[in-house]
Parts: sequence; structure tokens; C-alpha cells
Amino acid sequence: MSIQINGVTKLFGDFVALQDVSLDIPTGQLTALLGPSGGGKSTLLRIIAGLESADSGTVSIEGNEATHLPPQKRNVGFVFQHYAAFKHMSVAKNVAFGLEIRKRSKADTKRRVDELLELVHLSQFSHRLPSQLSGGQRQRMALARALAVEPTVLLLDEPFGALDAKVRKELRDWLRRLHDEVHVTTVFVTHDQEEALEVADEIVVINDGRIEQVGSPDQLYDEPANDFVMSFLGPVTHLDGRLVRPHDIDVFTSDRAGAVAGEVVRLLRVGFETRLTVRPVSSIGGAYAGEVAAPGEEDEVTVVLTRSHARELALDVGSKVWLSPNPGATTV
Amino acid sequence: MTTTTVPARTARRRRAGGAGSLSGPTALGLGVAVLWFSLLVLVPLGLVVTTALSDGLADFWETITSPQTLSAVELTVVQAVLVTLLNVVMGTVIAWVLVRDRFPGKAVLDVVIDIPFALPTIVAGLVLLALYGPQSPIGVNVANTRASVFLALAFVTLPFVVRTVQPVLEELEADVEEAAASLGAGRLTTFRRIILPSLVPSIAAGAALSFARGISEYGSLVLLSGNLPNRTEVVSVRVLTYIENGDPASAAAAATLMLVVALAVIVALDVIQRRVARRG
Amino acid sequence: MASARLREPTPVRWGLRLLAVVYVFLLVLWPVSLVVKYTFADGLTALSTALTDPDVTHALRLTAVVALSAVVINLVFGVWISILLVRYEFPGKRALSALVDLPLSVSPVVVGLALVLAYNPRTGLFGTHLDAAGIQVIFATPGMVLATAFVALPLVIREVVPVLAEIGDEQEQASRSLGANAVQTFRRITLPSIKWAVVYGVVLSLARSLGEFGAVKVVSGNIVRQTQTATLVVESKYQGFDQDTAYATAFLLAAASVICIVVVSLLRPKEQS
Repeated sequence: MSIQINGVTKLFGDFVALQDVSLDIPTGQLTALLGPSGGGKSTLLRIIAGLESADSGTVSIEGNEATHLPPQKRNVGFVFQHYAAFKHMSVAKNVAFGLEIRKRSKADTKRRVDELLELVHLSQFSHRLPSQLSGGQRQRMALARALAVEPTVLLLDEPFGALDAKVRKELRDWLRRLHDEVHVTTVFVTHDQEEALEVADEIVVINDGRIEQVGSPDQLYDEPANDFVMSFLGPVTHLDGRLVRPHDIDVFTSDRAGAVAGEVVRLLRVGFETRLTVRPVSSIGGAYAGEVAAPGEEDEVTVVLTRSHARELALDVGSKVWLSPNPGATTV
Repeated sequence: MTTTTVPARTARRRRAGGAGSLSGPTALGLGVAVLWFSLLVLVPLGLVVTTALSDGLADFWETITSPQTLSAVELTVVQAVLVTLLNVVMGTVIAWVLVRDRFPGKAVLDVVIDIPFALPTIVAGLVLLALYGPQSPIGVNVANTRASVFLALAFVTLPFVVRTVQPVLEELEADVEEAAASLGAGRLTTFRRIILPSLVPSIAAGAALSFARGISEYGSLVLLSGNLPNRTEVVSVRVLTYIENGDPASAAAAATLMLVVALAVIVALDVIQRRVARRG
Repeated sequence: MASARLREPTPVRWGLRLLAVVYVFLLVLWPVSLVVKYTFADGLTALSTALTDPDVTHALRLTAVVALSAVVINLVFGVWISILLVRYEFPGKRALSALVDLPLSVSPVVVGLALVLAYNPRTGLFGTHLDAAGIQVIFATPGMVLATAFVALPLVIREVVPVLAEIGDEQEQASRSLGANAVQTFRRITLPSIKWAVVYGVVLSLARSLGEFGAVKVVSGNIVRQTQTATLVVESKYQGFDQDTAYATAFLLAAASVICIVVVSLLRPKEQS
């Protein structure tokens, strides 16, 4: 196991950031810490790095007790959301920094810097100042800088949070490919579930200072442990007291055993999707009772179909429908 | 107190929205402002230069190279440079303590720093005489010595480097220091290679202001240094003596010398601002 | 601020703290407190002697007049020039902006000399004409006001410019789009938004104007009970061996300037809340 966290608790004044958290992160893997803002994931990452100290619990890295080691001695690479570029140094000097601290020879340093700039495709910018680079380029430089010293572990704190959507997607793919090439144990923090699902080998869902679930993207998506995990990883709606995905609901235009009756109150076509909002009715024995549920009792269901399917069923506002979860659907 | 929003000023101004062009009434307003500025500042200062040269270049040269003037210049410049060096160190230390440290009474320290800037210079002289003059309770008497010049300049220039460095220190991003730590740098290395370089422009700006103030100081030296010719006489006193002796041309000559240095300081400040803005 | 784990070692922190405090104490706090002590060495005697001395009372009154006039002038022109520098483009703007800082680097004696050369009645460029119109500048109050305005000129501008730049002109544009003219926009939008910067600038100007010495000395001729300001009276009393009055008057001036900076530092946090 590359990183072992045991019983870590962290408080900021009265606020409990982490509550007795224990986790094992396997070597060589790309692990995502996923969760909402303020949930504790960044705090956990910083405790691993040594930038914060835990109030109780232990941290060990590659089998070595690291709980009381200062960040300088942990040999972790850290990448920050806002790049933390050394503004007065060129790109090459930035990347060389860790090597110079370790007193490597000039030739060695230069070789390694060139190697890394090549890896991150920034060779032609080696003499530029960070202010002359775009956000995405600065983050690639920050990655090269962190990797230069061959860290045991690479930690990234919302690395693409400050970039715009298109660059974010590009760098996401690029990080995955980089990991496949370099194979260093990587942990990154994100609040974007799509990012975690796309990039990570394993996801740790953290909420309110606690770990909700640990598993592969498929496991988390198909077998969510609780409703928090399910609703965080994808869209959900309530049907008949259960959580289900809106696209996993079968829509019928006539009564069916076990189906929930309702009326379409809103219909929205977005691209290839048709999104329905269905208000369930109080029904007796499956027959349509004619009474729409009073607004206070409503539990509006969101249903997503393809456009063509919706057209096939001739759905419109006011249509009476019966809903039931698809047999293969995940529910909680 | 912000004596020193100068570095930040240009960078901020670049971000500011909308620079309108002048319409009729505003252009008139600009004209009035420029006129007033000229009448008050530019023309009188220009007259200093022309008066200095009014007796010809030879006379000008003779005045500023006369032994008494030269020794005044030497005293003034040397002491101003020494004080500036002291301020570079102490100013940075004080700014660091004000920004990074926390202790009871820190707010008082912050206000006390501004006293030398706000205090009338003649009062500053009296204040220093109280502790470091003939009736000193600790027996330290520097009155009428060259050391008194150093002391007075150190007093009046205290706030300059502190106030230029302070806002920059406050704005320093924490993650850069954390990045350095994660890469293996200890505190001293982080300070030397990461923090200090980002402070250099603001230290330089403070140093320029400190030097300019140092060479032009007058009031605090009047009572403290004794103004002994060739010993403790600074350039501003020299100028005053020339005026009192009814020799405006020589006064203007020495004054022009000081103006040249003042202008050099302003240019230096402008250059520093620009370089900082480029670095982003 | 950087994580608490990245603080310098405790002995270093204490060393720096001690160095800063001791330096400021020895250089500023102790000497200033001694002046206070000397002033009140005989209770209020020194102060009351000073305040009943006609030289001193005249000087105090003159200082008030000169300082307030200079502050008003610098307020009006300071705010106006700040707006020009931030909201408008014109040729020579960069030069004007740099020159505005000039008074900070010029020796007060040179300021006095410059104004004498320009405004003296015999040979002054403007002085000869003003003299013909019966206006005396040098060795009179107008000259002292000019000298004081000169040295304090940048202070309002340096406070207002960054604030004006920071807030941007969007609100003013919105105001114009809603039909307000330039004066209304200025009065209702611009002025309130720079209110605090103006206050700081005015208070600092006041402190500077009360304390001006060298420039006023040259321009005023330092004539007792006619053109002596409070700062000049301090010097003449001290040199006349009337140390008690000198210290008492110095104390009054010091108190005024300290009050100014305390007011500013108390007001600042309030503005942010």
C-alpha cells in the first residue's frame, strides 16, 4: 500500500473537517478524492502532504511513518489549483527548483528539466516567465516541477479548477495519459464527478468529513452505497420512495401493475433528450382517479427519454403517464 | 497610511475600466489643473534651474564644487546611503513582523511607525535631542556630530520601506511557499529564493523614497546637527545659508543638484513599477 | 496565509519581533515620550506659559489658517487631478502622474527657494505682476499657503487614485446610462465611493501642512509675530533658550499629528467592515 491513513481527525476551531478517516491508497494508481466543497477532501490531501497536521491519527507513505514529518521531508509532489508558479523565475528554473534544493549537479538538473519539459510539451517555453503562459500551460509546468524530483506520491488539489471547460477536458485526458506513462501513485481532489469517473482508477467519496464509499468508477456508479453517493455521481430522481436515475425510468401510456400514475407538467427538449417533469397522482387500485395530488404533497419525478421515444409515445404537457423503474436500473 | 501605493498604482490602473477621452469642459478642467500645477510646482522649480545657470555654467560649476558645498554634498549623500541601507534591512524586518507575526501591542507598533512621517520635522529634531542630546537621560549625546545626521535621517525615513513592503507581503500567495516546501525547501531557502525576490521591487521603491527624503531633509537637522560648516552641514542647510546671504544663484545651483537627484529617484520608481507590472 | 506548519522556528520569530520592537522603541517611542515628559515636568505650567505667550498664540492661529487653506486647495485639486489621471486619457498623462510625486522628493528648502524666485516682488516671474496688483506673496500668508500646498500636494492624490482605479468606472457608466449628467454622477456616485480615501488624504495632508517647516521658513522670512508659524516658533524659542515653551509648542504639534494618524488608522478598518 502506498499511502495508509489511519483514524485521522482534523478540526478547525469548532468545525470538524475530518472525522476518524481511515483509507488505504494503492501504489501506482490514480485515485480521486471526490466530494462537495467543504467536505474535507482538500484537508485530507494536505495532511498527506504535510501542509496540515492531523489532530489525531497516523499517516504513512510507502510503509514509512510520516505523521510528524515536515512537508520538505516527505518527497511528495504537490500541484495547486492556482498553479503556485514562482513568478520571478523562468519555466525552466521553476522546474529545476526541487533539483537545485537537492544539490544535483548542473548537468543532471539540466538533463532532467529538459526531459520533463519534453514530457509536458513545454520545451519551447523554457525561458518564458509564468506570466507569459496560459493557465493550462502553467499547470503543466507545475506538474513538471512536481515530477522533477521523482516523488513517491503525486498530489493534485483541484488541479483544473481554475481553467475553463475546454482546457479542463483536455488536461483531464492528458493527466490520464501521463499517469499511464509515468506510473507514479497519484491522488487528486475534485468536486467534479465527471472528472473523477473519467480519469480515476479508484474513487473515494468524501462528504462532511467522512468517507462515504471507496470503489472503482463502475462500482460507485452501479452499486452506490447510499443515496448521497448515488445523487453525487449522477442525476437522480425520486420514484415511489426510491432514488433512481431519470433515464432509467420506463414510461407507459396505459396503466401497468406497480407503475406510478402521473401527469406531465413540464416538457423540455434539449438536444437529443426530452426531459419530463411528472407529477404523480393519488390513485386507487391502479385506476386513474382523476385527482391530481395537492401541491404540498408533490414529489415531482424527472424522466429523461430520447426525443424520438417521446415522439413515439406522443407525449406533451398534460399527458397521462405511468412510470416504473427499468428492470436493470440502479436504485437506492 | 499609504505613502507608497506607487507600485500597485500602475498595475491597478491598467485594470481600471474605461479611459474616456477629454470632452470640452473636461479639457478645460485639465487645462486649469495643469495651469495650477505649473504655477505652483513646475515653473518655480524650473526657475531654480534657470537661476542656477544665470551667472553662466562656469559659476554654476564653481559653486557646486566649492569645498564647503562639496563637503555638504558628501555628508548628505553618504549619510543618506547608509540610512537607506539600514532601512532596507530594518524596514523589511518590521514589515515582516507586522504582517506575519501576532502579539499584543502589534497595532500600537503599526501606528508608531507612522509618527516620523506625520511629525513636524522641527519637532522630530527636538524629540531626538531629548534622548540623544546634551540632556540625555542615558548619557548618549550626538548633538553636533555627524552621527546626529545619521540618527535624524533614520528617524524621518523609518516608514518608507516598511510601508512599501507591507502591502506586498500581505498579498503574497500562500500556496507559493507551500509549493517550495513540498519541493524540499526549508524556511530560510524559501525566504531567500522565493519570498525575497518578490519583495525586491517594493524594497527598492521604499529605498528610493528613503534616499530622496534623506538627501532633502532639513527641519530635523536644524537643531540637532548644529550645522557646522564642513562638519555637520547638509546640502539643504547650505542652500538656506546662500539664500540668507542674498546669493540666490548659488543657492539655486546647490538646489539644482538636489533636484537632479530627486528626478532620478522618480524615474527609478517609474521604471520599477513597470517591471513589476510586466512580471504580473 | 501559508499553513501554520510553515512558520519560521520560534527563536527566529522572537528574534525578529524583538529586533523590530526595540528598534522602533529606541528610535521613536522613547524620544517622543520624553518630549511629553518634559512638557508636563512642571504639570501644566509649561503649556499654560506657552499658550499665553503672544508669539505662540499668533503662530498657532497662523498655522491653523495656513494649514486649512492648503488642505482645502489640495482637496479640490487633488480629487480633480485624481479623476483626470484615472478616468481619462490625454497626452502627457504619464508625465503628469510621475511629476505629481515630485514634491515628496524635493527638499523643503528648495521648495521655498523656488517659490521665492517665482513670486518675489522685485525679480519674481509672477511676483512682479502680483506686486503691481498689490498682492504680496513672499513674506506673507499667501506665500506660506503656497509653500504648504506644494509639499502636501501628492497626499490626497496618492490615496484617491488607487481607490478610483480599483472600483472601476462601471457604476459611473451605469449612472450616465440612467440619464445623470457629469456633475450629478460625480456628486452621487463618484464622490461617495472615494469618500474614505478622501478623508485619509485630507487628514494626512493636514498633518503634513501643520508640520511644514523648511519651505515656510524660506518663504515667510520668519518674522516674529507676523509670519511665524508654530513650527518656526518652536525653533526660535529653542534657540532663544526658552526651552520650556519650545517643548510645549512642540508637544502641541506632535499631539495634533499623532491624533491625525490615530484617526486614520481607526477609520480604516471601519471602512472595510
